[in-house]
Amino acid sequence: MISTSRRPPLVFGANTPSISPRTRAIAWQILAIAVVAAIVAAVAFQTVTNLRARGIASGFDFLGRAAGFEIARGPIEFSSRDTYARALVVGLVNTLRVSLLAIGLATTFGVALGVARLSHVWVVSAIARTYVEVMRNTPLLLQLLFWYSLAQALPAPRDALNPLPGVFLCFRGLFFPSPIWQADYPWIAIDHPVLAGFGFQGGASVSPEFAALLVGLTTYTAALIGEIVRGGILAVDKGQREAAAALGLSRIRILRLVVLPQALRVIIPPTASQYLNVVKNSSLAVAIGYPDLLSITNTTLNQTGQAIEAIALAMAVYLLVSLSLSLAMNTYNAAILRRGGRTT
Amino acid sequence: MDKAIGICCLAVVLSACSSSVAHHDDPTAAAEVPAQRLTATATPTLDAVRSKGFVQCGVTTGVAGFSTPDAHGEWSGLDVDVCRAIAAAVLGDGRKVRFTPLTAAQRFTALQTGEVDVLSRITTITFQRDIQLGIEFPAINWYDGTTFLVRKSSNVKSVNDLNGATICIQPGTTNEVDVADYFRKHKLTFTPVVIERIEESANAYFAGRCDALSNDQTALAAVRARAPNAAEHVVLPELISRGPYGPGVMPNDLRWMEIVRWSVYAMVNAEELGLTSTTIDGAIESDDPDVRRFVGKSDGFGPMLGLDAAWAYRIVKQVGNYAESVERNIKPLGIERGVNRLWKDGGVMYVPPLR
Repeated sequence: MISTSRRPPLVFGANTPSISPRTRAIAWQILAIAVVAAIVAAVAFQTVTNLRARGIASGFDFLGRAAGFEIARGPIEFSSRDTYARALVVGLVNTLRVSLLAIGLATTFGVALGVARLSHVWVVSAIARTYVEVMRNTPLLLQLLFWYSLAQALPAPRDALNPLPGVFLCFRGLFFPSPIWQADYPWIAIDHPVLAGFGFQGGASVSPEFAALLVGLTTYTAALIGEIVRGGILAVDKGQREAAAALGLSRIRILRLVVLPQALRVIIPPTASQYLNVVKNSSLAVAIGYPDLLSITNTTLNQTGQAIEAIALAMAVYLLVSLSLSLAMNTYNAAILRRGGRTT
Repeated sequence: MDKAIGICCLAVVLSACSSSVAHHDDPTAAAEVPAQRLTATATPTLDAVRSKGFVQCGVTTGVAGFSTPDAHGEWSGLDVDVCRAIAAAVLGDGRKVRFTPLTAAQRFTALQTGEVDVLSRITTITFQRDIQLGIEFPAINWYDGTTFLVRKSSNVKSVNDLNGATICIQPGTTNEVDVADYFRKHKLTFTPVVIERIEESANAYFAGRCDALSNDQTALAAVRARAPNAAEHVVLPELISRGPYGPGVMPNDLRWMEIVRWSVYAMVNAEELGLTSTTIDGAIESDDPDVRRFVGKSDGFGPMLGLDAAWAYRIVKQVGNYAESVERNIKPLGIERGVNRLWKDGGVMYVPPLR
């Protein structure tokens, strides 16, 4: 890149040679900010004016009103008398729950996949490769619909599969015993799911929507992470591995002590962006009826009619989640780089 | 000189700010907006419809009986007939309609942004939609209400038997709120499965994901009618809410609103007067003052509405009266007209007279 200070002065600056390049740069930046601010202000003003002209209510008052709709049971209690704000929090928690679980599982599965791709055993690497190609080259939405229809093909509650005692699998979801804390001895009781009414009552459960979304996000992202891991490992100089082998280290120890620490520096940045993709892709939940943040936002904007506010709010929340995740990954990356700097 | 540049920049920033402030405080700019809303002579929608030569009508993505496309992409249904009636009245040809299929979630935004001229999409008229969303509903063209489609084998005979059930429902519908309210009031519980498109929501129900599918009664009958094994399902006869449907328009064009209102009223008035698409030609020379007014032979109602004298005649000639529209669209679903019969036949369909 050519430095701006070496350029011949611009026409308007030709007769004012006393302006330093730095001042000029600052001036241009202020001007740029002013233009952007003016555009934002004009758009906001125009929007508010147009909304008023069309008689559409605007503002965020709706957040405090009773939502009036129900949400499928999740980690946070919710009833139709709770506010829209609480409904959105329920949606956010559902988004985070499925995203973080998917990130954890996809990372584990993805690392295994990346290592398997480099295996000397032909069958292992061929299976891993086929898996990666299938997953990478089909749309995620299609995969989600596939997993969801697979979940719906399970038997009815009355004929539920019973793989373990007290565990039932049917098209309504997976039902399993859960502990309940009690005030007196023995403090813990086990709540077993039983067939009653329209399905199973009691115990804990995983809905087909949640399961389909989790499996879909995990299997898809694992394939992408697997490729990143493979690339990272290949990026480590062959000589390093040979030197470690010459020292008599076992293959597992070579991988753990020599290859992975160096590969991580290549792996982490692109993996971080895959994590962000998981959070964003979780919004495809709306297609299969999982009550994530976008799904609740949709309902909210339909019931209140305040599309701009609801969408803006959802965007801000997704942005906040992504930036937090980014910050965490950058911090981790910096730590890895520091550690790497010391040892090499 | 450094200072001069700085001051210059500051001036730019300030002028940008002050110009927007000035705009905000400008009394003439502020006055323009409400004036446009209140003046009966400002007819932006009507003018746009006339200049483009068709009515852009928001309909469902496919609900038999109300708005559904056939194999050739031709739309038909009770709500579609409202669009055709408006086009027949304003443009002289009921075929000059273009349809925008909208999900329940998209419909109001589409109307508010002017993507459609009129929303004729099984839309329940409520206080919130009228006042908070700022949509005008000039007429009611069907009386319905929330209920459930259930499997016969589930032995559900009334809504109270649905305690603990999983219910498939569409977001942004009145059904969503009706069901939550009813279950709370009667101390019942349910698990909602919220899927946006009615086809996919229905498929989830048919696949067994839900014990019941909630929607309005007529729409459910339509869903049941196209089910592969319709006999295994039943629509509960009990309605848990009132759901009057009507076309919606934006409040910025009073004349357009009146045209939509009287297009619907004209179809019902025609039924009262016994005028059908086949008999109306013979009625042009009628001595009945009501019929003469209707076909535009006296009183000049058309021009008062900004239309020609034959506007109502054309609606009946091209689209038919209300009974014909119901007969053609709703009857094939196996649904009785019920409360949507005329008042004199024991129903609640009762509209202001054309006089």
